[in-house]
Amino acid sequence: MDATLLIAIATMGGLGFIFAGGLAIADKKLRVEENPLIGKVNDVLPGANCGGCGSAGCYDFAVKVVEGKVSVTGCPVGGEDTAKAIAEIMGVDASGSVKMLPVVLCQGGLSEAATKMAHYYGPISCSAMHLVSGANKQCYYGCLGGGDCVEACPFDAMVMNSNGIPEVIPELCTGCGMCVKACPRNVIEMHPADREVFVFCKNHDDPKTAKDVCKVACLGCGVCARPSDGAIVMDDFLPIIDYSKLDDSKIPFDKCRTGAIKKVHLN
Amino acid sequence: MSLLQSIKTFRGGVHPLEYKDLTENLAFEVMPNPKEVIIPIKQHIGKDSKPLVKKKDEVKAGQIIAEPDGFISSPIHSSVNGVVVNLHKENNASGFPVEAISIKPNEESEVLRMIPLNPKEITPEEIRERVREAGIVGQGGAAFPTFVKLTPPKDNVIDYVIINGAECEPYLTRDYRYMLERPKEIINGLKLIMKALGVAKGAIGIEDNKPEAIEVMKHISADDENISVEVVKTKYPQGAEKMLIKAITGREVPPGKLPLDCGVVIQNIGTAIAISDAVIKGEAQITAALTVSGLGIVNPKNLIVKVGTPLKEIIEYCGGVTDKARKVIVGGPMMGTAQFDFSAPVMKATSGILVLTDDEINEHEQTACLRCGKCVEACPLNLIPTKLARYSQLEKWEEAELFDITTCMECGTCTFTCPANIPLVQWVRLGKQKVIQMQRDKKTA
Repeated sequence: MDATLLIAIATMGGLGFIFAGGLAIADKKLRVEENPLIGKVNDVLPGANCGGCGSAGCYDFAVKVVEGKVSVTGCPVGGEDTAKAIAEIMGVDASGSVKMLPVVLCQGGLSEAATKMAHYYGPISCSAMHLVSGANKQCYYGCLGGGDCVEACPFDAMVMNSNGIPEVIPELCTGCGMCVKACPRNVIEMHPADREVFVFCKNHDDPKTAKDVCKVACLGCGVCARPSDGAIVMDDFLPIIDYSKLDDSKIPFDKCRTGAIKKVHLN
Repeated sequence: MSLLQSIKTFRGGVHPLEYKDLTENLAFEVMPNPKEVIIPIKQHIGKDSKPLVKKKDEVKAGQIIAEPDGFISSPIHSSVNGVVVNLHKENNASGFPVEAISIKPNEESEVLRMIPLNPKEITPEEIRERVREAGIVGQGGAAFPTFVKLTPPKDNVIDYVIINGAECEPYLTRDYRYMLERPKEIINGLKLIMKALGVAKGAIGIEDNKPEAIEVMKHISADDENISVEVVKTKYPQGAEKMLIKAITGREVPPGKLPLDCGVVIQNIGTAIAISDAVIKGEAQITAALTVSGLGIVNPKNLIVKVGTPLKEIIEYCGGVTDKARKVIVGGPMMGTAQFDFSAPVMKATSGILVLTDDEINEHEQTACLRCGKCVEACPLNLIPTKLARYSQLEKWEEAELFDITTCMECGTCTFTCPANIPLVQWVRLGKQKVIQMQRDKKTA
């Protein structure tokens, strides 16, 4: 056999052994023990990496679940099924996970809200409008209609209706809550999907001003609060609902003059 | 000035039309009491003041009606004798609802004064205390409580006091009229500030489009070798504190730092006069001097009004608006805020009310960025406005932070110079808020 060939085989083979040895040592010395549960939990997550849970992504969430830092029901996108699957892996009970949906708590669209005598001229973005006390609507508390929430939604579950108020499409919504964070006026809130009673107004103005700025503003009269047995309390001209005490048969929805408090189905 | 010696200034900037001739030759006029004054309890940067009066209380002009809450805060005085009619939320000139005290004035004209102090015997501590008691806030527009500026941290060595008489905003002639009518008080105020800070060197910076004011100030400060009058080039934003410091002393305030970090304290002409009045006459800050101007107002005027006077009464007093009026701005045209109703009251630091016509405003349609770099060239702080605005539009806050978005002082030079009419400063302003919020969240997390 040609000596050159032997040298080549010996060199390559030798190098192979040296690197293999290096890898073997690295495997022993530099090994990072990862809980196999993390991988399993990660597999059942939706994989959208939307950040709706507050973690940096699905893998980060899986790590936190396994470390016990967040609840197994913490993924708002996966909902009940995911929660159950994670609970099974983790060997805990997943009861109490309810699908959450965003609710737009303002009905003062273009046809209801009073406009200012001045015209807004600037970037069409709710946060930019909010910096200069809103765009053309007089109401300081309501929806600006700039569509920051529509833009923020990673699942196209939000659309701006013709009246300039965003609407949630419950079938597409995963409840990640990005729209809530995008709204500079905190008009959007997350609620369990089976909740039915909401106050569709955020206006803290006194009754006279509220009436002037919007046709559908809550006037702060308290007619919903009085018969509610303490489930609704008035705070700064707005009713605050305590859902644990609420009995909707006692609330006189038809007596609300502007229809600010309403019973609706989110789903 | 010899040809070889160039006039002091800074890099960048723009030259908007001045329109100062509308009011520069009109002496200050004192406007009578309005039907009602609306005094917001927050007229300064910092914490809200706490109201001390109730509905139906009788108050005297000069009486404290809201006390400071915290260090960076300021007391608020009643500007008229009268009865408190309401405590409620009222839109301020920035358009935000703030708690305000409404007072219905009566016929009495007497004003409560503090004990006058002798400026020759006064101690630095007494000056600071008096400035705080008188509720003096910076008259340059930002309304920062003045006594805080006069109380620098111990490790900052201050060696220069500058009085800002640049008045680079178009239309405004308040500081110019002050220099012609009350030069003595300006010098007194400057001396008091120098005494409070233990500084030997003082300067008054004036743009070279005000030769008469330069002459008056030079004449009155001639005997005082510690005080100099510095002529600076007429260019916007020459009156921004960082720009004026650069022009006069050659020092540059680093990004994220304050003038006092490079040894300078800078105060507005109006603030110097307020300090002088507070110490020598014992007067609290209950009036605001302002320019009412623009081609859309019937009689442009320089006015002295009571703090809390609603805009609409001032506009009425100046003969109302013409048919061509399109836009009302409180403050200067470059940095002021457009108004959407005229019920907002004048605050301590309000420097002007402008009623503009179509000829004076630019509402052309926005087109795509030409990548011409005009905004980059004009930015006095060496930022890249086009990039920052883009990051802001795309919500890339980390990148915006990297390019020093928080350094922007929102002077509007970039938007003024943009041939594509892109609202650059508006976008940067939004990004700045978001980045500051992000930094705050990181700190608390």
